[in-house]
Amino acid sequence: MFSYFIRRLLMAIPVMLVVALAIFLLLRLSPGDPAVIIAGDMASPEQVASIRAALGLDQPIYTQFFIWIGNMLQGDFGTSLISQTSAMTMITQRLEPTISLAIAAIVFTVLISVPLGVIAAWRQGSWIDNLVMSVSVVGFSVPVFVIGYLVIQVFAIELGWLPVQGYRSLEDGFGEFARRLVLPALTLSSVYIALIARMTRASMLEVLKEDYIRTARAKGLGQRLILFRHALRNAAVPILTVIGTGFALMVSGVVVTESVFNIPGLGRLIIDAVLARDYPVIQAIILLTAGLYVVINLLIDLSYAVTDPRIRY
Amino acid sequence: MKPTSLRRFKGFALLSTLSVGALTFAATAQADTTVHAVMHSALRALDPVSSSATIARNHGYMIYDTLIGIDAEFNPQPQMAEWEVSDDGLTYTFTLRDGLTWHDGTPVTPADCIASLERWAAYDAGGKLIMDNTASLTALDDKRFALTLATPLGDLIGLLSKPSAIPAFMMPEDVASTAPGQPLPNQIGSGPFTFAADEFQPGVRVIYERFDAYEPRSEPPSGTAGSKEVYVDRVVWVHMPDVQTTVNAINSGDIDFIERTPFDLLPLLEGNPDITTDVLDPLGMLTVARMNFLHPPFDDARIRRAALLAMNQQDVLSALVGDPRYYQTCASIFGCNTALATESGGESLTSGGNLDEARALLEEAGYDQTPIVLLQPSDVATLAPQPVVAAQALRRAGFNVELRQMDWQTLVSQRANRNTPSEGGWNMMFTNFGVDSIWSPTINLLLISTGEEGGWFGWPTDPEMEQLRTDYAFAESEEQRKAMAEAIQEHAMEQTTFIPLGQFQNVTAWRNELSDVVEGPVPVFWGMQKNN
Repeated sequence: MFSYFIRRLLMAIPVMLVVALAIFLLLRLSPGDPAVIIAGDMASPEQVASIRAALGLDQPIYTQFFIWIGNMLQGDFGTSLISQTSAMTMITQRLEPTISLAIAAIVFTVLISVPLGVIAAWRQGSWIDNLVMSVSVVGFSVPVFVIGYLVIQVFAIELGWLPVQGYRSLEDGFGEFARRLVLPALTLSSVYIALIARMTRASMLEVLKEDYIRTARAKGLGQRLILFRHALRNAAVPILTVIGTGFALMVSGVVVTESVFNIPGLGRLIIDAVLARDYPVIQAIILLTAGLYVVINLLIDLSYAVTDPRIRY
Repeated sequence: MKPTSLRRFKGFALLSTLSVGALTFAATAQADTTVHAVMHSALRALDPVSSSATIARNHGYMIYDTLIGIDAEFNPQPQMAEWEVSDDGLTYTFTLRDGLTWHDGTPVTPADCIASLERWAAYDAGGKLIMDNTASLTALDDKRFALTLATPLGDLIGLLSKPSAIPAFMMPEDVASTAPGQPLPNQIGSGPFTFAADEFQPGVRVIYERFDAYEPRSEPPSGTAGSKEVYVDRVVWVHMPDVQTTVNAINSGDIDFIERTPFDLLPLLEGNPDITTDVLDPLGMLTVARMNFLHPPFDDARIRRAALLAMNQQDVLSALVGDPRYYQTCASIFGCNTALATESGGESLTSGGNLDEARALLEEAGYDQTPIVLLQPSDVATLAPQPVVAAQALRRAGFNVELRQMDWQTLVSQRANRNTPSEGGWNMMFTNFGVDSIWSPTINLLLISTGEEGGWFGWPTDPEMEQLRTDYAFAESEEQRKAMAEAIQEHAMEQTTFIPLGQFQNVTAWRNELSDVVEGPVPVFWGMQKNN
């Protein structure tokens, strides 16, 4: 398994290079000039040109690319063109809220969706199955921001149980940290609960028809043991895949939830950076996200061997 | 409890030997008062002199101070310095008041102020006007410095006190010596708040702490003048990208202050007895259309005038604001309710437009149906409606209109493009100016008519306008200045330097725990008190 792990890590290098080149070119080819934005209302073309030169934006694109790659290899991801802050510092400041939100959402998702999917498969065709499938359709269909506003209205404004917005770091105490994460995590997980409940149900339905399940029943094993030890474990590979990619999607796609709940995370940072044409920050975030996808996919593949002893690397 | 009464209460408690418990109570009553405010935009760039962003200006007023302030009636008042003018009107002697220190504890010196003025002049058109006409700027001693002009400049004090684009903020000499284009090395000012650099998160939050060594003036606060005594410990500017979340947050008490409340969400706040909504800046903003003078058809004054005649301010303001309590039609290029306001030449704008005359002018000018490109920022609520309404009005007059939608930052880049519209340029764009930034001919960027050299986007070339502006700046009496301003208004309407589309006020909301909120063109946090 170790050699497999190393091989996969080496394979990630060309992937990251392609991502780096693609994002670099896309940004340089898209409309908008950071030098004009920085220069302000009264800048002359000469002043804009001098800012462009100071930022290195007057260099040929390939020179800019190699300078950027060279700096990155030395651990320098650049400085924000707008705030003059290190891109990595800005990302570090925003990482905790996004990762916390994604973890909380994935915990909600797993705790709610997997049991629902198992029960729906076990009681296929019953009212509970129909209910789970109907709720899944709602989860898929209603936009995240609508769910966000609804839970804020009910749980924060009407009932007053939870705060309407904001994020508190874990350093400020677990209680307030958790209280402020409940509603955004619930909102963010709604789509994934729907997706994974359906995936679990479908996977379980296939496995429940297998001979070894019939054998387990014939041996007189309890229903819970059959469902969760024999069936779910064998149905886990596709479910783990979806949960893993779901986590990566949450980290890179939480912008709506972060806006509705005013969470200063990575999603908002990238939107702000794109709108301001803040190239170094955009590039650093995209690379980081690509790296995250590579690592998560690797972890998913490794987890297959843990859940299914037949899989060996 | 106000600070003066608090101090009396403390004294009484000491004298009556009941002090221990009473002092503890008094201390906690004032302890840890933090105001959480949502401003109109996120703070990202920290240099209020090199950046023309309004939020950077507001940040500047928190941590820096100005030599001269401007009161709520737009009268210049001494702030860091008193001034005297020589009989010939050429020499201005500024005397720094006692007790001025930078946040690092060093005293403010004339050398700091001279360096700051020179840096300001490198970025601001008004500052450049002063420096271009300055014979010498020298320190006289450790409190005084003298600015000697080549010819009298009647509007000099007005330029030094202006609260917008760009105020003359004073910085320490080493900071003010920062080369153009380089970031400031630190955020040390002499203003009433210090900047919490370690806690700054660009685009998310910025924290200011009371500068305990600040020595305020004795006059009551008014605009950017008077006392800047701070009664709260910290002010936190939080950026919330979602307006509904902002409204929910103030209703629930998470935040205390919203600088600009979205007009469509105002009813959600007006029904809450715990919240006050009010206009802090009665002059508000003038929304304007600007044409590009470099390319046809708007290189022809008759076609620009036809566009003006097509517009109906009432339609624009209804779409933009909706609530008539917060807007008024106004054809003055200086904004209405200002000292120089006159609506001469803009009567059609406030009376529903004049389509017949617009069509006649287009025919006379031989408009050939060249499409005119209007830029529309779809992501800014206070700028998105104007192009749509204007496009419809222009089409009715006979223009062939192409509405080009984009996000604001793309527009910011595109408006600097001087090429023809078919090569990425443009014909007409829209923006809002705070009336405090346009109320006189010397500070109004839209009137600069030096073409591509130093003019604002649209780049009009109009030597007559430049002469009128110069005459205004060097006029020696108020009467002369007013007469010049009227001439400039008439000339601007005739040439259609830009089109005023109406004036509106922003509504500020705050929780009733806050009191003594200061009115004026700049949202300020001195003078304000918070009862926990």
